Amino acid sequence: MSLLEVEDLAIHFGGVKAVDGVSFTVEEGEVFSIIGPNGAGKSTIFNLISRFYRPTRGRIRFDGQDITGLAAHQIAPLGIARTFQNIELFDHSTVLDNLLMGRHTHRRTNFVQDILFLPKVRREERAHRQRVEEVIEFLELEHYREKMIAGLPYGVRKVVEIGRALSIGPKLILLDEPASGLSVEESEEVAFWIEDMRRDMGLTVLMVEHDMGLVTQVSDRVLAVANGQPLAMGTAAEVQDDPHVKAAYLGTPEEDAA
Amino acid sequence: MRFVFKTSYDRDIDLHKDGWSRARIALLVVIFALLPFAVGDYYLAEAANTLIWALAGMGLMILVGHTGLPSLGHAAFLAIGAYTDAALMNAGLPFLVSFPLAGLAAGVFGAIVAIPAVRMSGIYLAIATLALFVIVEEMVIILEPITGGVGGIFAPSIEIAGIGFDRYANLANFYWLVLAIVVAVTWCYANLLRSPTGRSFLAVRDSEVSARALGINVTATRALSFGLSAGVTGLAGGLMGHFIGFFNYEAFSIFISINLLLVVTIGGLGFIQGAFFGAILITAVPQLLAILRDGLGGWGVDISAIPGLDTAIFSLILIGFIVYEPAGLYGRYLKIKAYFTLFPLARRDMFRRNKTYVKTERMR
Repeated sequence: MSLLEVEDLAIHFGGVKAVDGVSFTVEEGEVFSIIGPNGAGKSTIFNLISRFYRPTRGRIRFDGQDITGLAAHQIAPLGIARTFQNIELFDHSTVLDNLLMGRHTHRRTNFVQDILFLPKVRREERAHRQRVEEVIEFLELEHYREKMIAGLPYGVRKVVEIGRALSIGPKLILLDEPASGLSVEESEEVAFWIEDMRRDMGLTVLMVEHDMGLVTQVSDRVLAVANGQPLAMGTAAEVQDDPHVKAAYLGTPEEDAA
Repeated sequence: MRFVFKTSYDRDIDLHKDGWSRARIALLVVIFALLPFAVGDYYLAEAANTLIWALAGMGLMILVGHTGLPSLGHAAFLAIGAYTDAALMNAGLPFLVSFPLAGLAAGVFGAIVAIPAVRMSGIYLAIATLALFVIVEEMVIILEPITGGVGGIFAPSIEIAGIGFDRYANLANFYWLVLAIVVAVTWCYANLLRSPTGRSFLAVRDSEVSARALGINVTATRALSFGLSAGVTGLAGGLMGHFIGFFNYEAFSIFISINLLLVVTIGGLGFIQGAFFGAILITAVPQLLAILRDGLGGWGVDISAIPGLDTAIFSLILIGFIVYEPAGLYGRYLKIKAYFTLFPLARRDMFRRNKTYVKTERMR
C-alpha cells in the first residue's frame, strides 16, 4: 500500500481549473518531486493535501485513510508536516519557541494543568525540548536557538521552517520550494538534509521545487504538471526528456511560428 | 551584562532565568505589600484601583496582546463579574465562593459567545464585541430583580473567616486581598505563556495558516483565549464592584472598554508587564491632572472649567504612543534597559523593525 494516494484530484476556482485530474502515489521512504512552470498548480496540490482547499473532485488517501473530508488542523496529527513557499513562521517568537509550537500535536496536558503548571506540564515540556533539541542538532541551528525570527536572515528562516515541520515528528513531509531564494551552498545543504531525512529518520518526502539540480540529485520519481494537468512521471532524467515537458517550459516550434 | 550559564532544560522552563530576577519580583511584591504602612488612605485606595485595572488589563491582554483579537466589549465582562459577585453575595454566598463563580460566569459566557464571533476577525470582530457590550448593558437593565436595574446595586462588604475586607472600614485588608488576587493571576498568566496553551495563542496570532498546518484548531484556540480573557476581566469586575461599593450599569460604560484598550496598547501589547504599566498610567493621569489643577489654581489659572480635559489628554497620549512608540511603555522600558546594559555599545537603530518578508496570501 502506498503512503499517499492522490486520485483524480481537481479544484476549480470559478472557471479557472487550477488543478484538473492529477493522480499520483507516493511510496513509503520515497522522495517524490513535483515540477512545473509558474502557475502550474504545484502549490495548490500541496494546499489540497493540507486541506486548506476543498477539492472539487477526487480523493486523497494517507496511510490507507481517506483524508479528503478532514479539517486542516486534523492533518498534522496523522503525521503530515509541511513548509510554505513564502515562509510562514511566528515572527515574534524565538527559534526555540517556533520549534516547540511544532510539538502541538503531541501535547498531553489541558489548559487548566498548563495554567497551574502542574509537575506533569514540566515533564512534558522537558520531553518536547529533548525532541526539539534533536531537530536543532540535525539542522545545526544551535547558534540561533534563542534568536527572534524577525531578526534572522532569509536562509536561516527557511531552515527553521523545515525544523518546525520536523518537530511534528511526521511520516510525510511536504516541502514547498525548500531551495527558493537560497544560495548554491545552502541548497546543497538542503539536498543533504533531504537525503538524511529519508535515510536516518525514515521520512517520506514530497517536494515542489524549481531547482532542477536539487530535484535530480534527491528525487526517486518526478511528476511534471502544467496548467493543472499532469504531463509526465518518471525519474528526473525521463521527465526532463519528455517532449510534453519541454514544450511546457520552452514552447513548441508551431506556437512560435503562429 | 550578565550571562546565565544553563546546565539544564529546566532553566529555560523556569519563570525566572536566575535568582536575581526572582529576587527582583519578590522585592516588588514585598514593596507593594508594605504600601499600607507607607501611604495614607487616599493613595492606598488609588493603588488598589490601579491593581484592579491591571487585573482587567491582563484579561484583555490575553486576547489582544497574545491572541491578536480586538475587543471593544470588555466592559461587558467587567459588568458580568461585578453583578454576578454582588448578586451571589446578596443571596448569602460567601466571597470565597461568589468571587470565583463571578470569574467563571464571565469566562463561560465569553467562551460561548466567542465560538461564533471568532470566525470573524479585525474590524468585524470589533463590531461584534461592541454589539455584545450593548446586549449585556440592556440585559443588566432588564434583569432588575438581580441587578437592581437602572437604580443599581450594593456590593456587600467582604468578610473571610471573620476578618473584614471592607473597602472603607478595612482598606488595608481590602488592598492586600486585591494584591493577593493580582499576584495569583499574574503567576497563572506567566504559566500560561510558558506552556503549550500559551504557545498555541501566539501561533494563532502570528500566522493562522501555519497554526492550522501544525494541528492547532484555530477556532477552538481563539474561543479558549476569549474565555480566559473574559474570566480574568470578570474577576477584575468583581473587585471593581466592591471598590466602587454602589454601582449601576453606567459604571461599565463603553468608555471603560476603551480605557481598557488604552491600558493594553499604551502599556505594551504582548507583555504581562504592559498591563501594569498601562494601568498605572490610566489611573495616575486623572490624579496628576487634579494636582496640576490645584497647583495652577494657586497661580490664579483655572483649568477646572475646561470640559473634557482628561479625555483630550488621554487621546493625545494615545496618539503619541501609536506614532512614536508602538511597543508601548514596556517596550520603551526595555529599550532604556538595553541602553544601560550595553552601555556604551547601544545603537539607535537596534530596535528598528525589520522588513518582513512577503507572506503567503491568506487562505480562508
